[in-house]
Amino acid sequence: MASNGELEVEIVAADHFVWSGAARSVSARTANGDIGILPGHTPILAVLEAGELAVEPVSGERLVVGVDGGFFSVDANRVVIVADNAQVGGSVPSEAV
Amino acid sequence: MGAQIRVYRQKIASTTSTRKIFKAMELIATSRIGKARSRVSAALPYANAITRAVSAVSSQSEIDHPLTTEHGEVRRAAVLVLSSDRGLAGSYSASALKEAEGLFEVLRSEGKEVHSYLIGRKAQQYFDFRRRDYERVWTGGTDAPEFETAREVGEALLSTFLADFEEGGVDEIHIVYTKFRSMVVQEPSVLRLLPLEVVEEDVQQSGELLPLYEYEPEPEQVLDALLPRYIESRIFATMLQSAASELAARQRAMKSAGDNATELIKKYTRLRNTARQAEITQELSEIVAGADALSAS
Repeated sequence: MASNGELEVEIVAADHFVWSGAARSVSARTANGDIGILPGHTPILAVLEAGELAVEPVSGERLVVGVDGGFFSVDANRVVIVADNAQVGGSVPSEAV
Repeated sequence: MGAQIRVYRQKIASTTSTRKIFKAMELIATSRIGKARSRVSAALPYANAITRAVSAVSSQSEIDHPLTTEHGEVRRAAVLVLSSDRGLAGSYSASALKEAEGLFEVLRSEGKEVHSYLIGRKAQQYFDFRRRDYERVWTGGTDAPEFETAREVGEALLSTFLADFEEGGVDEIHIVYTKFRSMVVQEPSVLRLLPLEVVEEDVQQSGELLPLYEYEPEPEQVLDALLPRYIESRIFATMLQSAASELAARQRAMKSAGDNATELIKKYTRLRNTARQAEITQELSEIVAGADALSAS
């Protein structure tokens, strides 16, 4: 488990797995407004609003995921984002059936 | 040619062509099972995450949410029955419906009125044939369920659960589905969906304690947002399990149908050969008898 200043991020949608990896920060839109998650954040469970969610991975480019509702939880630097419908970069299909 | 031989030839030809169909259906089912099973496991991370979150909220906060509290007196229950759209899957639909019948009986004996919600054309036909009432039916795509359908079902069930008894609301909801144990074992099972018992046998509970979460906005609202999703994910999970079971049952049924066809072809071939041999023997003895008669005269 990443405890040395890295977040362990996992994004899942209803019927498939979207993305997981180490990240420096996550920012999301909740019912009360935007929230930024940095390593060492206190455990939180929040409801996501429809909108974009940005993940700053440790390596690689900034990842923008479009979601239309869901929730996320943070505990011990582990971020689990549960989206109803997640689209990476806004273009990847949710699932090719 | 003797009539007997012609009959056997026709039978062999028709059995051969149906065997081709069985073979093809078996292969199709086999190729789809893999996909259905991977969809079952693909939906697992979501189910795990949501279950963890729901149990965290409901265990840490003392909220009386309508979805988690038992209605004092249970007078009416809804049952969601998952069957298939098509037959040719052995006893798949029949055993699911039998399980449902058993549940209906138990519920009625407890003095509860039963409302049925059906998935799959087979269940619909079963109810129509017996002139029984059902509230709603969803058909199409039972072997490859969409999350959208699960959401629709979830919404329908949730709204009837939240409605008052006088307005036709129900006090509990059960699901009858077929659990996919393995390629050879699929068992029909019953699950009580609502009121929720937040336990998930498929989720591995890690030994670690759930952290004390902060909630945003309030625990009530978080729970409001979580529970319908949790229900949808449970329904979707049972639909995926049933789809995998349906395909496995179909594959098995088609395999044995194909084997039986092979047996039949073998049998008819034997009979045809016997008939042909008998005809030859008869013709020979006629010729011999004719020649004898001529030479005798």
